Amino acid sequence: MDSEVNPHAAYLDRILDRYGCAATNLLQILREAQEQNGYIHPDAIDYLIVKLRIPRARIEGVASFYSFLHLKPHGEFRVLFSDNITDRMLGSIELMHKMCRQLWVEPGKMSEDGLVSIGTTSCTGMCDQGPAMLVNGRTITRLTHQRVQEIGQLIRNRTPLADWPADFFRVHDNIRRKGLLLDNKLAPGDALCAALVLGTQNIAETIKTSGLRGRGGAGFPTGLKWEACRNAADTNRHVVCNADEGEPGTFKDRVLLTSHADLVFEGMTLCALAVGAQQGFLYLRGEYRYLLEPLQAVLQRRREAKLLGKNILGHAGFDFDIAIHLGAGAYICGEESALIESLEGERGVPRNRPPFPVTHGYLQQPTALDNVETFCQAALAIHMGAESYRAIGTAKSTGSKLISVSGDCPRPGIYEYPFGVTVREVLQDCGAVNTRAVQISGPSGICVSVHEFNRKLGFEDLPTAGAFMVFDDSRDMFEVARNFVHFFAHESCGFCTPCRVGTSMLKQTMDKIAEGHGTKHDLSEVENLDHVLQTGSHCGLGRTACNPILHTLKHFRPAYETRLKSLDFEPAFDLDGALARARQMTGRDDAGAHIEAEKS
Amino acid sequence: MNDTPTFQLDGASVPFEPGQTVMQAALSAGHYIPHLCYHPEFKPHGSCKLCTVKVGGRTAASCTMPAETGLEVESDIDEINALRRTLVQMLFAEGNHFCPSCEKSGNCMLQALGYDLEVHTAGFRHLYPDRPLDASHPDILLDFNRCILCELCVRASSEVDGKNVFALAGRGITKHLIVNAKSGLLADTDIELADKAMQVCPVGVILKKRVGFSVPIGERRYDKRPISEQALDDAPRAPAGARHE
Repeated sequence: MDSEVNPHAAYLDRILDRYGCAATNLLQILREAQEQNGYIHPDAIDYLIVKLRIPRARIEGVASFYSFLHLKPHGEFRVLFSDNITDRMLGSIELMHKMCRQLWVEPGKMSEDGLVSIGTTSCTGMCDQGPAMLVNGRTITRLTHQRVQEIGQLIRNRTPLADWPADFFRVHDNIRRKGLLLDNKLAPGDALCAALVLGTQNIAETIKTSGLRGRGGAGFPTGLKWEACRNAADTNRHVVCNADEGEPGTFKDRVLLTSHADLVFEGMTLCALAVGAQQGFLYLRGEYRYLLEPLQAVLQRRREAKLLGKNILGHAGFDFDIAIHLGAGAYICGEESALIESLEGERGVPRNRPPFPVTHGYLQQPTALDNVETFCQAALAIHMGAESYRAIGTAKSTGSKLISVSGDCPRPGIYEYPFGVTVREVLQDCGAVNTRAVQISGPSGICVSVHEFNRKLGFEDLPTAGAFMVFDDSRDMFEVARNFVHFFAHESCGFCTPCRVGTSMLKQTMDKIAEGHGTKHDLSEVENLDHVLQTGSHCGLGRTACNPILHTLKHFRPAYETRLKSLDFEPAFDLDGALARARQMTGRDDAGAHIEAEKS
Repeated sequence: MNDTPTFQLDGASVPFEPGQTVMQAALSAGHYIPHLCYHPEFKPHGSCKLCTVKVGGRTAASCTMPAETGLEVESDIDEINALRRTLVQMLFAEGNHFCPSCEKSGNCMLQALGYDLEVHTAGFRHLYPDRPLDASHPDILLDFNRCILCELCVRASSEVDGKNVFALAGRGITKHLIVNAKSGLLADTDIELADKAMQVCPVGVILKKRVGFSVPIGERRYDKRPISEQALDDAPRAPAGARHE
C-alpha cells in the first residue's frame, strides 16, 4: 500500500528504468537517488526494497560504506575540503576554519538550519591546483581566502550551484612535459585498425612482447593478464577500466580522461577484441563526477563512428560497449576486487583470492581490469608495434610513465618521461629547490630523501602509480606521515581485524606523539603494529599503512624525537585533556583549570 | 587411501579432500587452529585473521586458503601466536568488553581465546565506542558493545534462516552491525528464537533474555577446558577410527 503512494516513486522509477531495475546497479541507483534530496530518504529505501527485491539492511549497508552517500540530511550545501597533505600545505585547514566561522558551523556537522555542512574528504585529485573542495560533489579548485569568502556568501544566499561563477569549477590539465602518450597524434580508430590488421589472436601476444606492465602501481604484465582472461572457460567476459584514481597525490588519470578519453576507450576496445569481451565498464571515482557528461559524449561519438556497438568498424561479431559507473568516496575501491564488488552494487570489500578477476571477476565471470593509463599505453603499443614500444624506457619497465607532480615546486602538473628517469631530473624540471623529501606513489609508496634522488622511477627501483609529492626543508615530515596515517584509518574498509583496528591504533599513536605525550615506547609499538598489519592484513591497504611512519622514521627520526617525552613510558590517558570538556562547559581556561599549570 | 592428498601442518601430515581449505582439512583431521569468524557450517570469509598461518614464508588466513598437496603450514609457532595475541587485544580494545559483568563469560570464544593464547595485558588504549543496546525485542537482547564483526549472525541469517535479519554498515573502525528494520530495532525484524542466527554469536551480542545465569559462572563451557581442547568437538569429522584421541 505504501509503495502506491510513495512520494519518491516518480524519480526512482526513472532511475530504476535506466539501470534495468537490477540490484547489481545499486550503488549507481543510490547515487542518483541522493541527487534528488541531498540524501537517501528512508521512504525511498522502502520503494527500492520492493523494486529491487533486496533487504533494507543491504541497502543501508552499502550506502553507509561510501563517504559520499548519506542516509540522513547533510545540509543543502555539502562542503568537503580535500585533505591531502598538499592541500594542507596550501592552507586548506585555515580556509576551512574560516568558512566554518563565516557560516557559523562546526567542522563535520550540519548547521542548525540545515543549510550547510563543512568537513574534509580524502585527496580529490587536484593537488596541482589546490587547495580544492567538493560542493555537492562538484569540484572547486584554487581556493583562496577571497574565493572561500565568495563561496560562503553564495551558500548563505542559497544560490544554486548552477549559477556559481564558472571559473570556480575550472580544472586545468597542467601538462608540463609530453612524451609518446601525451604527444600522440592518433585519430580515433587508428589503434583499433592496427589491432584488426594484427589479428585478434595476436593482440595479447603483441602486448606481451611490448613488455607493457600495469600502470596502477603493481606492474603486472598486461599481456599475461589479457591472455589469461581470453583463455578463461566462461565466454561472458568483461573489460573494466580502473579510473578510481584515489591514491593521494595522483591526478594523471584525470588528465587522460579529460584530454585523451578517446585513447582510453580505444585501449579498452582493443582489449575487448583481444579477450573476447562484449561488456566494458569505466569505474570513475566520485570525485571526478564532473567528467561524467563529457565522457558520455565521447562514448556517444564513438558509437556513431562505429567504434563501439555492434560490428565495430564493420567487423562482423566485434560487439562491445562501455558503461560508466561512478564511485562514491571509497579509496579501497581502487583495489581491483573491491572495485568489482562496488561495480556489482556491494560494499567495496576486497575479495579473497584466488580465484582472480581474470577468471572470476565481474559477476564471477572473466574480467580484464586495468588502469586508465595502461589502456592508453596498450593502444600506443599496438599502433607503434611491440619492438618500437619496448625500445622506450628500461628493460623491465618499457614505455613511458605519467608523473603527477605536486607539493613544493613552482610548476606542479603532469610530466611524462620514459621509465628510468631519476627523481633528481623530475625535481629539476618542476623547479623544486631545497627539497627535503619526495613521496613516490602516494602514502602507500616510498618516501625518498636527498641522498636517494639518483634513484630511478621504474619497476626495477622505484615502482610508482604516478604520485610525486615534493616537500622542501620548511616541511615537518612528522606531520606529513600523520596526515597519511589518518588517511589510511579513514579509508580502511574495516573487513579484517588488523587493518580495521590497527590503522586506528596507528592514528592514535601519531596523535599522542603530536600532542607531546609520545615516548620511545610508542615508536616501538609502531614497529609491532607494522608487523601485525603486514602479516595479518587482508589486502594491500593494511599491508602498506605503516609505510609512511616507517619511511619517515628511517630518514627523519629527529622530527619524531623532538616531540617525545624523555620517559620510556607515558600513559595514553591525558589528565589535562580529560578536563577539556569541563573547561568548555564552565568557560574557564585559566591556569587553575589546567593540570600542567598546577604542577608548576 | 594412499591416493589421499596431504599437506604438512606443524610437522604432521594432514589429509584433505579437493576443495577443502587448510582450516577445514585441519579440523576434520583433528588439528586445532585458533579461529573466531570461521564456523564449519558457513562459507569461510577470513575477516578475523586469528587463523593466520605461515606457508612458505608468507602468511595467509587458513580458513580461506585452499589446501594443496605439499604445502608446509606453520601454525603453532611463536611468531604466529604473537600475532594472534595482538589480534585478540585489538578486538578487546575495539569494543566494550567487561568480562566480569558479561553474562556470556565462560561461554565466550573471545574470552576463551584470550586465556588460551595467554593474553595478559590490554596492549592498546581502548577505544570505548558508543554502542547503544537494543532491548526492543521481548525475548532477545542485542548488546552491540561486544560485537567483534565476525558476521556469523549475518551469514547464519541469510544462508540458513533465509531472512537477512543482520547486516554490516559503516566502514573502517565505524563498521557496525545493523538489523533489517526501518526503525533500526530488532523488535521490528522477523527474527525468531529458533533461528540459526540466535545460536552462532561467539561473544555476548545476541542474547536470549531471562536465561543469562541459568548456568552459573564457573560451570560454563570454557571454565572447564580451554577452547583449544574443545573447538574440535564442533568440527565435522571423519566418522571412522581414522583419528586418534
